[in-house]
Amino acid sequence: SSQALWLVLPQNYPLYIRSVPTENELKFHYTVHTSLDVVDEKISAMGKALVDQRELYLGLLYPTEDYKVYGYVTNSKVKFVMVVDSSNTALRDNEIRSMFRKLHNSYTDIMCNPFYNPGDRIHSRAFDTMVNSMMMQVC
Amino acid sequence: MEQGPAGGSGSAAAAAAAGTGGLLLPLSETEQQRYSELFSRCCPPPEAAAGGSSVGELFRASQLPPDTLHQITEVCGAKRVGYFGPAQFYIALKLIAAAQSGFPVRIESIKNELPLPRFMALKNDTEVRYGTPAEFHGVKFQVPHATLEKNSYKRTDEGDKQEPKSPPMSPICSPPASPSTYQRIPLSYGYGKARSGLEQQHGAPYEVKHSTHQQDGPSSGNYGAKSTLTCSTPNRCLSVEQQESSSQYSDDPWRITEEQRDYYMNQFRSLQPDLNAFISGSVAKNFFTKSKLPIPELSHIWELSDVDCDGALTLAEFCAAFHLVVARKNGYQLPETLPETLLPEYLQAACLKPVCDCALFDSHSEPLPSSQPTRDFSRAEKSSAEEAPDNSALLQDGKKDDKQALKVSTTLKTIPKEFQHLTVKAAAQEPNAFRARPRSRSYSSTSIEDAMKKGEEPPTPPPRPQKSHSRASSLDLNKIFQQNTQAVRSGWLPPPPPALPPRPSASQTEQPSEVELHPQMNRPPSQAEENSSAKKEVVLAQPPSKPARRKLRTEAQGLETPELSPTINVTSSLPAAKPHFPVQKQSSKQKRAIQTAIRKNKEANAVLARLNSELQQQLKEVHKERIALETQLEQLRPVTVL
Repeated sequence: SSQALWLVLPQNYPLYIRSVPTENELKFHYTVHTSLDVVDEKISAMGKALVDQRELYLGLLYPTEDYKVYGYVTNSKVKFVMVVDSSNTALRDNEIRSMFRKLHNSYTDIMCNPFYNPGDRIHSRAFDTMVNSMMMQVC
Repeated sequence: MEQGPAGGSGSAAAAAAAGTGGLLLPLSETEQQRYSELFSRCCPPPEAAAGGSSVGELFRASQLPPDTLHQITEVCGAKRVGYFGPAQFYIALKLIAAAQSGFPVRIESIKNELPLPRFMALKNDTEVRYGTPAEFHGVKFQVPHATLEKNSYKRTDEGDKQEPKSPPMSPICSPPASPSTYQRIPLSYGYGKARSGLEQQHGAPYEVKHSTHQQDGPSSGNYGAKSTLTCSTPNRCLSVEQQESSSQYSDDPWRITEEQRDYYMNQFRSLQPDLNAFISGSVAKNFFTKSKLPIPELSHIWELSDVDCDGALTLAEFCAAFHLVVARKNGYQLPETLPETLLPEYLQAACLKPVCDCALFDSHSEPLPSSQPTRDFSRAEKSSAEEAPDNSALLQDGKKDDKQALKVSTTLKTIPKEFQHLTVKAAAQEPNAFRARPRSRSYSSTSIEDAMKKGEEPPTPPPRPQKSHSRASSLDLNKIFQQNTQAVRSGWLPPPPPALPPRPSASQTEQPSEVELHPQMNRPPSQAEENSSAKKEVVLAQPPSKPARRKLRTEAQGLETPELSPTINVTSSLPAAKPHFPVQKQSSKQKRAIQTAIRKNKEANAVLARLNSELQQQLKEVHKERIALETQLEQLRPVTVL
């Protein structure tokens, strides 16, 4: 099954893009871009605490293939967008939440690195490893 | 059956057939070539059969589990006939290929088409021969070269022992095979190489220091031993057990030597004087940027070394990071994960108390060598299942053996967990003690300072002067103060004044006694109210009424002169008192402090007094208004009353 994970800055610049499998990545690009708008909507609608937001975008089902797009926003308005196959019904809500939490933790670890400039693309090997293992788990 | 190593393919086949009781072993062209090559390698031409040790070496290079290899030896008939003839050899090779492809070790399986058996060491063999002259210590190399260098280095170091046998350096070339096999059987077969292909990069010895270590390696060995002991690989063996976790443990380049550690600690001190505190991220960033490594690499180094991901580096983390930087600058590739010897716990155990640790490690490592010779690696060859636990222990011991060769403080390599716990525990106490010591030192220093500063401290009531009527004298002083200057008034005055009136006569009589006290008063660094009572200088303005003020008395003491005029003309005594100043510097300091305190209090007092008067005014006005309103009310009311 296919999967994609994007970390996107508040200005909608991508920080980190990862897709499995890597072909048809463009499809994921499109999906994620459209979902960003929805995320923005939700953020502005909330008004107050935005932490641990997690949305289920069943509405974004792709015409031919089903995808579920999940979103998550950090305190600093960095968006995490995850795209998974709808066929992967084994994936439960809690798992998605825990995945986002792990992502968030790794993201803060990256932030702690003084050599990392916020806003750069993320090239951390540790982060890659973590994301790999996560995606393997899901697929 | 023909002997002769050369590619007598047909004969080999026939031999194989004969050896296995009529089994015809078809060999393809490539297979024949390869097998004959291997056989010739293992079996020098004049001999008829392959040397057992070289064959064993080769088999181990196949990275199959030892059980499988034993099975293979059995099945191929070598056990039966007692030697590895070409037939047996070829069959064995085929079986190895089968096993590596996942087939069971049986004669039937080798009838199929099989790929060539893969031997890790073999590839090195050819390379090694070329690479021998290339010594390295500082040669930069990419991954494959790493092993090559390492191999050649090892060979030169260990001399003849290893010649026929391909050095057990794992070519990174085939990492995929190794981890899987190893993970199946946590026992390393004595090959260190299997270490996951991940961290092989830092092959060559990091520094000359490490080379000494490697030379000691072979000291314990048979080829089996050598394979474990040679250079740092033995240590890897232990890591095999931890392969899954891919914890790259110590390799020579990743172990920090004494000098390096000292250097790192000094660098740490230059950035942060307190060895127990952190270096912040920005400071560390500036520091490491000076190394001119590219930022992504520095970022990776930080990731590796900041284990707790808090954005700051402890001493251990800093040492690890610095070590990685140094390694990188010397051409080593950065590992994917932090080597064990660079882990903070390890470093803390070894780092903070290098001297004390020596003793610790010595005690631990001493028993090991004695036991070691007993466990001979030759055992590793033939014994089967029972080897499993033995080998791991063996390997661990092997490692320890190596470690001892190293400087004592750095012998704490990847020792088995239990030892690690022991040493870490024991060593942990030292770092704690070490840490505690500076603290205690600081405490003592602060206490001294506190003692010095005692000047204004009210809390500690100084030893009361013997005179019982000290209180009286203090009261007397207050009275004198008040008479002297209104401005001197301070918040301390109010309590005493009520008591003043009845006292005056008493004070008069006391004053002469105060004079006597003077010399005695001088001794206690604080307080002799009696003395100062005579001298009430305006400056002091310390209503010594409170015992706390005794301190101030010292000032008075300093100032006082034997001529205690009970009158208020103390100011005249002041210049006379000046000569005393040098004698009591402390009192002068206190005096100055007291004077500033007095001033501040005066100001505060003035402010409060003003505030008070204003509030009183307001109160009066409010009263007036109230009265006015009430009268109005009265005027209105009589109408209704009636």
